Amino acid sequence: MAGFFTSRLFFISLACVVIAATLPLYVSGYILGLLTVAFYFGVFAMAWDLLFGFAGEVNFGPTFLIGVGAYTAGILNAQFGWSVYLCIVLGALASVVAGFVLALPALRVRGPYFGLTTLVAVLMLQNFIVVFADLTGGEIGLTIPDVITINAGANYWIALGFMTISAAILYGLSQSPVGLVLQASGQDPVQAGALGFNIVKHKLAAFIVSAFFSGLSGALLVFYFGTASVGTVVDVAVGVNVIVAAVLGGRRTVLGAALGAIFLIVAGEFLRPTGELATFIVSAVALLVVLFFPGGFLGAALSREARS
Amino acid sequence: MLALQILIDGFAISALYALGATGFTLIFGVSGVLNLSHGAIMVAAAVAAWAAASVLHLDTYSGALVGVAVALIMAFATYFAVVKPIQNSRRIPNEEKEIFVLTGTLLWGIMIQELIAYFFTNNAKTVLPIVEGVVNIVGVRTPRNEIFTAIVCCLVIGLLWLLVNRTRTGKAVLAASMNPRGVTLLGLELNRIYVVVWGIYGTLAGIAGVLLGMFLGVSSYSVGPLTASAFSIVVLGGLGSVSGSLIAAFVVGYLETLTAYLVSPAYRTIPALLLLVIVMYIRPQGLLGRR
Repeated sequence: MAGFFTSRLFFISLACVVIAATLPLYVSGYILGLLTVAFYFGVFAMAWDLLFGFAGEVNFGPTFLIGVGAYTAGILNAQFGWSVYLCIVLGALASVVAGFVLALPALRVRGPYFGLTTLVAVLMLQNFIVVFADLTGGEIGLTIPDVITINAGANYWIALGFMTISAAILYGLSQSPVGLVLQASGQDPVQAGALGFNIVKHKLAAFIVSAFFSGLSGALLVFYFGTASVGTVVDVAVGVNVIVAAVLGGRRTVLGAALGAIFLIVAGEFLRPTGELATFIVSAVALLVVLFFPGGFLGAALSREARS
Repeated sequence: MLALQILIDGFAISALYALGATGFTLIFGVSGVLNLSHGAIMVAAAVAAWAAASVLHLDTYSGALVGVAVALIMAFATYFAVVKPIQNSRRIPNEEKEIFVLTGTLLWGIMIQELIAYFFTNNAKTVLPIVEGVVNIVGVRTPRNEIFTAIVCCLVIGLLWLLVNRTRTGKAVLAASMNPRGVTLLGLELNRIYVVVWGIYGTLAGIAGVLLGMFLGVSSYSVGPLTASAFSIVVLGGLGSVSGSLIAAFVVGYLETLTAYLVSPAYRTIPALLLLVIVMYIRPQGLLGRR
């Protein structure tokens, strides 16, 4: 852990954050808006990577956690007019409860069965949002009266700060003894248990941390957009993007997940002139990375550094 | 009257679900692969049948054949271009191959979906049915096409049963799903069995896709829901259990039809999902699954 502060990775990350922080001084609001979304998305991907890369749990429904956080915050604000910050905190807490519920079957079943449970959770949430349209805005989406701020630069800084802090906490956690136990229990639960570690407790903790950051980021995102809709925070396609981002950036690296998310969003925007083919190209690139560089961007870079 | 209507409509949709899910579960049973490009392959088959009939002006039979052929090609492409390279890769640790196959087939499915949307637009397409007209079954007006769909589905599933239980190749497939290592020890090439299974899968998905195109119509938006429904049926029945997914297909098909007729079409998918959640909590291996 102490070695990290002198490692090349730390200085590169620090340089990236410093450069990113100065962006609002000279780039347009359009690019800032794009990156703001990308940063929140990066937190989704990092939280997912903590569960998959370390706890070894394949969560196909990251959007269940994100959606619960986002919609709770949005509904509380729209229905009761509570302050934005209170709503964001409550959204994150609701997400933690959702993570706890989701973790229950995970502690009972393994492999694909757990993945399927999480996928079903997303479909259920989606259905409930459509059925209780009075409360949630249904398929059209929920309009939220308050936003954090309308200043593009301030929004950008909030997102960047939030992502940096989340990255520091999640990365620190993954490198800590707790992260090591998690990794062990993900790879061989029986042996890790035999060594005297409480696997249930560690996995539950991983779920709660992952859910907290997913929900928090989801809640912040809806207060940035001013709306919450199935298409932006719940749909299975959004969850797929989160997973693709994490695998693309390099699983089990946490920081790579954020990199993958930013790449996905920015690449999607750059390819907009190609029209409907944009998604095709992004998926094709992602597939090629999965097939030929299974370590992802950061995984490939780190292994090269380790070799030299 | 209403009961009979539900019975007839529910049967047709259930049979279609059963056909779509059988191939999906077969692949999982034999090679442990969950193919998330399933919906995309079904839609590709239906769109190919539609294009053959309305762009190339072939008759409906040839159109349907084109559709099935396209699905077969797609299935082999999925296996050789995506699944096999991941399974053989030495850079991906074994315990993570599952998630890589899932991610890979998912991306592959999205690529197919986007290509369909690009070349044939997002509009819903209905394949011209092979048999037209309406018959009256004890007062319930039923399209002949619906009866045709149900009959074809049952026939194909029956043929599959014969293939698996009565032929040498089928028995090898069955054996591979029970114990892959044992099959290899008996001198059977596992890779060839996989190719056979993907061939069966492609044919089944193709027939199901074309029939779906005739019965309900498809668009590139149906890709996700189709994969999800095959997924939930297969989980409900127990991953890898063909008979389990047949039962589950009828449970889901009738639950959906009942809800659509008696409550509201908007709530159609909810009871099946609820049932799925309950089953996952009480009996995670599904109705007939092995752990």
